[in-house]
Amino acid sequence: MTNPPDFEVTAGGAIALQSIAVARKTPRRLFWERLRQDKAALGSAVAIVLLVLIAIAGGPLSQWVTGHPQSQTYDSMTDAYGVPLGPNSHFWFGADSSGRDLFVLTMYGARTSLFVGVVASGFAMLIGLVVGLTAGFFGGIVDTVLSRLGDILLAVPQILIAVGIVAACGVSKSGCLHGLLQPGLTVVIVVITLFSWSYIARIVRGYTLSLREKEFVESARAAGASNFRILWQEILPNLMGPLIVYSTLLIPTNILFEAALSYLGLGVPVTEASWGSLLSQVSSSGLYNVAWWLMLFPGMFLIITTLAFNLLGDGLRDAFDVRSER
Amino acid sequence: MTLYIARRLLWTIVVVFCVIAITFVVFYLLPAGDPALRFAGKNPTTAELMTIRHRLGLDKPWYIQFLRFAWHFFRGDKYGWPGLGYTYASGSSVKALVFARAPRTLFLIAGASVIWLVSGVAIGVLSAVKRRTLVDRLAMGFALFGISTPVFWLGLMALYIVWSKLGLTGGTGYVSPVDSITGFLSHMILPWTVLALLYAAFYARMTRNNLLETLGEDYIRTARAKGLTERRVIFRHGLRASLTPIVTMFGMDVALLVGGAVITESVFNLQGLGYLAINSALQQDLPIVLGVVLLASVAVAVANLLVDILYAFLDPRVRYA
Repeated sequence: MTNPPDFEVTAGGAIALQSIAVARKTPRRLFWERLRQDKAALGSAVAIVLLVLIAIAGGPLSQWVTGHPQSQTYDSMTDAYGVPLGPNSHFWFGADSSGRDLFVLTMYGARTSLFVGVVASGFAMLIGLVVGLTAGFFGGIVDTVLSRLGDILLAVPQILIAVGIVAACGVSKSGCLHGLLQPGLTVVIVVITLFSWSYIARIVRGYTLSLREKEFVESARAAGASNFRILWQEILPNLMGPLIVYSTLLIPTNILFEAALSYLGLGVPVTEASWGSLLSQVSSSGLYNVAWWLMLFPGMFLIITTLAFNLLGDGLRDAFDVRSER
Repeated sequence: MTLYIARRLLWTIVVVFCVIAITFVVFYLLPAGDPALRFAGKNPTTAELMTIRHRLGLDKPWYIQFLRFAWHFFRGDKYGWPGLGYTYASGSSVKALVFARAPRTLFLIAGASVIWLVSGVAIGVLSAVKRRTLVDRLAMGFALFGISTPVFWLGLMALYIVWSKLGLTGGTGYVSPVDSITGFLSHMILPWTVLALLYAAFYARMTRNNLLETLGEDYIRTARAKGLTERRVIFRHGLRASLTPIVTMFGMDVALLVGGAVITESVFNLQGLGYLAINSALQQDLPIVLGVVLLASVAVAVANLLVDILYAFLDPRVRYA
């Protein structure tokens, strides 16, 4: 005779009405409904798609449209003192310090920034997920080691160590650690991953700790499910929301990390354009009182990219109803 | 409480030890070339190189060098205690060099941290109180811009507009307040503002979120029901509880900047600690890098400790056994 309750609390904490008059809403459906109303998040999703297209085709396309190869220097674009000239009808963004077409370089820069940011965040997410799950679910020594390691990583002057590794592995062609770490993009991605996985691991650990005590885990255990099955079938699906949100929010941080390394002259090699290294020319050549275009255009693209990912991350967080942490 | 502090102090020492060990591994096991070669002058003979390696202690395995570093640190060297060793380039005292650069970084952090703490918390409170109004939207828009903007871009733009075009402030470089207090201020105002903006954005977002969460608590309703003024409810009851996580963050952020303000220092050519360390790393003058890393990690560890102790005073619910 017991009627089922007229509502149920889903794993995401949302309450879905189950009475006959009101349609049942799954967490997924709630997510889409909330996201669809968030104009800022949708706008940034569109911007990100455009940026990805630029990253894929923008470089070659701009080269074809303007007829200016990426590494070609133009004497006409620097004055008698070697100072680059600003935008005109042929060079839409002006020239960089050696007289190359800034428009083409900025388009190619999208590739570096997005690639490094997304790939490093992806690796950080994977490592953080595995470590955080293990620590949160099994506790014990793994957990202790993880949180202590986090303490230490937090006290490390990251940018200094990053500079040390990149400088060490970037100078010789053979790389370092017996050729394991190749100079260039690889070492930059490895270094950024090294310093960002613990952030994801801490969040995953926190969620796993509380999910572990939930009734549905208990019932799965009572039904005889193995640890692996509980992790895979019960805990992981409930972690997807926070994991997606925090990985999205990690991407702009890592894009800025790459830009900072390139700004210090240690990021990607000079042959590959990067927004950070374009901006570093302003400093290294002392151009900050002349070449506003060299600051404005790469900077604008950098900010639009990080802004779009941050807005999308915020929107996803609201839509997934993930409790904000900072 | 005493036992707690003692235990934390011990852990602090372990953390500093590990950080130094990591630095050692990175810079000595993955060398970006042979430091001896760099400081040997032109066309050195093998014998000369050997002598230099021996003089710099580079002929020993890295763990011996590490122990030697630790030994000198605790026992002191000819420049007194704590011994940070000698630079490769000139054999001068690393400690003197680090102490000479430290005021620049400390002044930068001090000014910027005051600006970001005050403005960040103020913007956050305003935003939370005026939730869903235009003020809130503008404030959060500013915050989003702040966390999305690279600090070096902001610095370069500020230099271009405020210094180069408007001529309102001093340019790059550092002026000691002992030499000229106005010169010091006019050179520091841009670095302070630029560095503070990024953090102010984070603090504003965090203050707003925390305060909104606190204002939903039962005791806030009780305070309102007692007939307290809204001002008193927000500042006395709401803000105090939402400040604890901000205190944690503030302690850590300030400490991390000791070795981490590299970008700001480099944009404005302040030549502080971070800048010193980066340049030394690129020139393989490893003792200087170690000196700065040591100072930076001590700062972080001490800040961590202070924050935990301060917690007990801010939040009466926290008790250390």
